[in-house]
Amino acid sequence: PNSLLLIEYRGGEIDSGTLSALTAATSLGGQVTGLIVGNSEEVDGVVEKASKLKGLNKLLRVSSPIYSPPLPETVTPLMEKILSSSQFTHVVSAHSSSAKSILPRLAAKLDVPAVSDVTGVEHDQSSSSTTFTRPIYAGNAIATVRAPESIPVKVFTVRATAFDAATDGEAVEVETVEPVEVSDIPVEHLGTSLTKSDRPELGSATRVVSGGRALKNAETFNKVLNPLADALGAAVGASRAAVDAGYADNSLQVGQTGKVVAPELYMAIGISGAIQHLAGMKDSKLIVAINKDPDAPIFQVADVGLVADLFDAVPELVEKLKK
Amino acid sequence: MRPSPISQLRLLVPIKRCIDYAVKIRVNGSQTGVDTNVKHSMNPFDEIAVEEAIRLRERLKDQVKSIKVVTIGPAKAVETLRTALAMGADSAIHVEVPETLVPEPIGVAKTLRAIIEQEGGVDMVIMGKQAIDDDAGQTGQMLAGLLSWPQATFASKIDVQADLKSIEVTREIDGGLENMKCRLPAIITTDLRLNEPRYASLPNIMKAKKKPIQKLTPADLKIDLAPRLETLKVTEPPKRQGGGRVDNVVELIEKLRVAGIVAS
Repeated sequence: PNSLLLIEYRGGEIDSGTLSALTAATSLGGQVTGLIVGNSEEVDGVVEKASKLKGLNKLLRVSSPIYSPPLPETVTPLMEKILSSSQFTHVVSAHSSSAKSILPRLAAKLDVPAVSDVTGVEHDQSSSSTTFTRPIYAGNAIATVRAPESIPVKVFTVRATAFDAATDGEAVEVETVEPVEVSDIPVEHLGTSLTKSDRPELGSATRVVSGGRALKNAETFNKVLNPLADALGAAVGASRAAVDAGYADNSLQVGQTGKVVAPELYMAIGISGAIQHLAGMKDSKLIVAINKDPDAPIFQVADVGLVADLFDAVPELVEKLKK
Repeated sequence: MRPSPISQLRLLVPIKRCIDYAVKIRVNGSQTGVDTNVKHSMNPFDEIAVEEAIRLRERLKDQVKSIKVVTIGPAKAVETLRTALAMGADSAIHVEVPETLVPEPIGVAKTLRAIIEQEGGVDMVIMGKQAIDDDAGQTGQMLAGLLSWPQATFASKIDVQADLKSIEVTREIDGGLENMKCRLPAIITTDLRLNEPRYASLPNIMKAKKKPIQKLTPADLKIDLAPRLETLKVTEPPKRQGGGRVDNVVELIEKLRVAGIVAS
């Protein structure tokens, strides 16, 4: 196998999702070539770090203002050109919002199917086929699919929580590749606003504290959950019921139609545990549930269940955690 | 005098019939898929797409010339089209495939491209960012690639510019939001925050029964929908051993300590 890995970064640091995608790429066996794009300043700031990623055999750097930010409309033609001039068998990235936008577009240009959000990957050299496992139905079933030899380039995105992060190694050769000019780009990036919060981002947080409808209203939702999240250094999430009732913003929704999370700690506070919610969090390492109703379905998946009134238990928990 | 005639937008909204989001998914005995003999409904993200098309018409009035929905699915998928028509779409296309055929996103994207080329003059395709069955999240981007159109994925806000030539879109990206200006024609995929879909009223459900649904086959469009990836098996996820209980907060903290979450 000869894999092309799309490397993503922010603020001079390689994204953790890319580190996991690299581990998936190296597990195929064979060569892995990294691709890093951005404007020259961005690329200069991170290329050295990228060149030292363990598992990479080579790094391609491409800089142009048109890759800042990396738009599907500009990066796809570049990747097409790179793929046409070298014998790549796989294209790999994290299942990030940016790569999710680029890789399927690229796959369509190459006239191949793509495989999203894989949790397992295995390449069979003798048949030139790659077998993937991936969650479907929000993780309520696991599909095993094979991309046979008839698919010349296997394009896939990787679920970060399923693969260890690649570590640092020896610096590899960096080759500068010319950008592919796109005349008359039909999109214009107007601005990016990243949520400024002292708390970690829900999708990548290692700890999540989530609240349900039992939190009563938006004010008590924040008053009860925020101190607990702060004490644990956790992100805040919410059930669909809490979002629908207006206690929490849509962006905080954990579940089938919201975010799928798999943190080390997931605390479900006043969440009954509807199937759609469980679908979004049941791969968490340690699940703690606090609920007044002893028959709530959340207790069936919780490692640690406490039947209690959350308005008593959570403040007590916060107070004791602070000590 | 206007320098050019008033243009009108033609919207195409691809939708998918999926197992209802509230149904508990069960893997079938032969491990070839999941039990599909359960309640189905429109993919929730596609409902948001239909709603957005209708809201665009409510805002832009007769500057929106048409809202056409399209589905690729078995005979029963016609119910999903009726739902969209009852919400407010004008007409529908049903590309009928056998129940046993589950097309891949690349096949769906090629079918949609063929329809767009056949229809001509589509200005905006609004569709869900992913379907909640295969969770692939690829079709919109693939369609944009096939057509070489700009794409605005994971949209949480859409504003059509006064000249009807471009749109401003707020997109949900990892860790925040991004604002883009996107020339039409374009593909937009919808995220959860874009809107809250309406329920169809009874009179509108009755009216929808009279709206036209055009039937097509993949052969009509010269499309081969046979999957190219081989599904080897579908299995249950590893079972979670839950049910652990503690009696009070002190015991709960002890469990967090044992797990290394809080310092000893």
